[in-house]
Amino acid sequence: MTKHQANWSPYDNNGGSCVAIAGADYCVIAADTRMSTGYNILTRDYSKITKLADKCVMASSGFQADVKALQKLLAARHLIYQHQHNKQMGCPAMAQLLSNTLYYKRFFPYYSFNVLGGLDNEGKGCVYTYDAVGSYERVGYSSQGSGSTLIIPFLDNQLKSPSPLLLPVQDAITPLSESEAVDLVKTVFASATERDIYTGDKLEIVVLNAEGIQREFMDLRKD
Amino acid sequence: MFRNQYDTDVTTWSPAGRLFQVEYAMEAVKQGSAAIGLRSKTHVVLACVNKATSELSSHQKKIFKVDDHIGVAIAGLTADGRVLSRYMRNECINYNFTYESPLPVGRLVVQLADKAQVCTQRSWKRPYGVGVLVAGLDESGAHLYYNCPSGNYFEYQAFAIGSRWQAAMTYLEPRFENFMDSSREDLIKDALISVRETLQEEKLQISVCTVAVVGVGEPFHILDQETVRKLIDTFEIVREDGSPAPEPGDAAPDLGEAAPAAAAEEGAAPMDI
Repeated sequence: MTKHQANWSPYDNNGGSCVAIAGADYCVIAADTRMSTGYNILTRDYSKITKLADKCVMASSGFQADVKALQKLLAARHLIYQHQHNKQMGCPAMAQLLSNTLYYKRFFPYYSFNVLGGLDNEGKGCVYTYDAVGSYERVGYSSQGSGSTLIIPFLDNQLKSPSPLLLPVQDAITPLSESEAVDLVKTVFASATERDIYTGDKLEIVVLNAEGIQREFMDLRKD
Repeated sequence: MFRNQYDTDVTTWSPAGRLFQVEYAMEAVKQGSAAIGLRSKTHVVLACVNKATSELSSHQKKIFKVDDHIGVAIAGLTADGRVLSRYMRNECINYNFTYESPLPVGRLVVQLADKAQVCTQRSWKRPYGVGVLVAGLDESGAHLYYNCPSGNYFEYQAFAIGSRWQAAMTYLEPRFENFMDSSREDLIKDALISVRETLQEEKLQISVCTVAVVGVGEPFHILDQETVRKLIDTFEIVREDGSPAPEPGDAAPDLGEAAPAAAAEEGAAPMDI
């Protein structure tokens, strides 16, 4: 008796990379805009970044259908929260909600690799990084998606803070300024685009700070 | 005379073909403090009177945002109103999730009416004791509906519910035909004047009333106190019969005089605000 194999998969990987970097009073979230399947490109202009709340932005790579479903669910839950509490959800609250939502489907997961970025309750930048089933951690920077293996080591080199086990406790937040962080993100994506076939076309950068949310785009290699 | 025989539960008809429990529920609406709605082609305004059980307590929330394009004002058992608002919010969220578009107001109103009807035909339930004024905007324009505990609903150009609703209606009846073309500001002013009509001896103050607006390009929101105060100040608070407004000294309402009409033998029940 051989094990019964499925002849189709409910999942697909639409590729792409996401990055988020937390600063003292800002947060940079970026993702490329290429959506692919297999060796084909579906579109060069698809946003993987969504605003969940005034101070909370999520970038997700993986299976975009699951990503879309997840975004819709979180948006609906946020609306309920606003009705009940008369205010927007803060980033740490949304981070927990996302984790719970992902684990809820522990046995048929959302194929969605998420990076949450925003401002915490004190106005400092915060980044939360997730796996597909909701395990999450607050970090100073993170990357998910097909280019993450190329991006993370470079960010480690440029941003890594001393071990959190050392005393006195050091903040994970980078000392970089906002414009320096944005430049770093552009550099990082340009590099990832060179070697990762699923990353490219255009880069969408979202910056969250006390003034609100700004968005900018940068072209990437289209091959 | 025969009311007491046939009013024990909602599933008993009277010989005259009435359901007294439903009618009693509608009476509960009349005991609540007033809520008023007005509509033009592009805007809908809701205004309500806030009453607190004592000077020490906060007042009941009577206007609820249901979605960006729909809001409600309630009169009667505010606890029932809160539950119904939660239901309406849920329906809007679910519809938006499925269809990626706002729930048409008429649909929501029918769902609410059907929910109310269920409670008039189950022996283990009681009718909702709250009247709901639904103000909303959709593709077919601006709408104001009134949902009754009986499960009936009607669309209105302008309507008032709650205690001393007749006074507000007396003001609105000769004027409603012009509301369709009213500007947003005139509509709000008419709403405030209607509220003032229901207050009789009391002075119209921002602490007493709440106003909410929804319109084309304007999501449903409750106007902040400062805006309402300025609007109240822009029109004179002289009674139409010429007597001057009461002194600021007696701003505190005399609760004895504000008690609802003689229909209730015991006066307003504690749960009705």
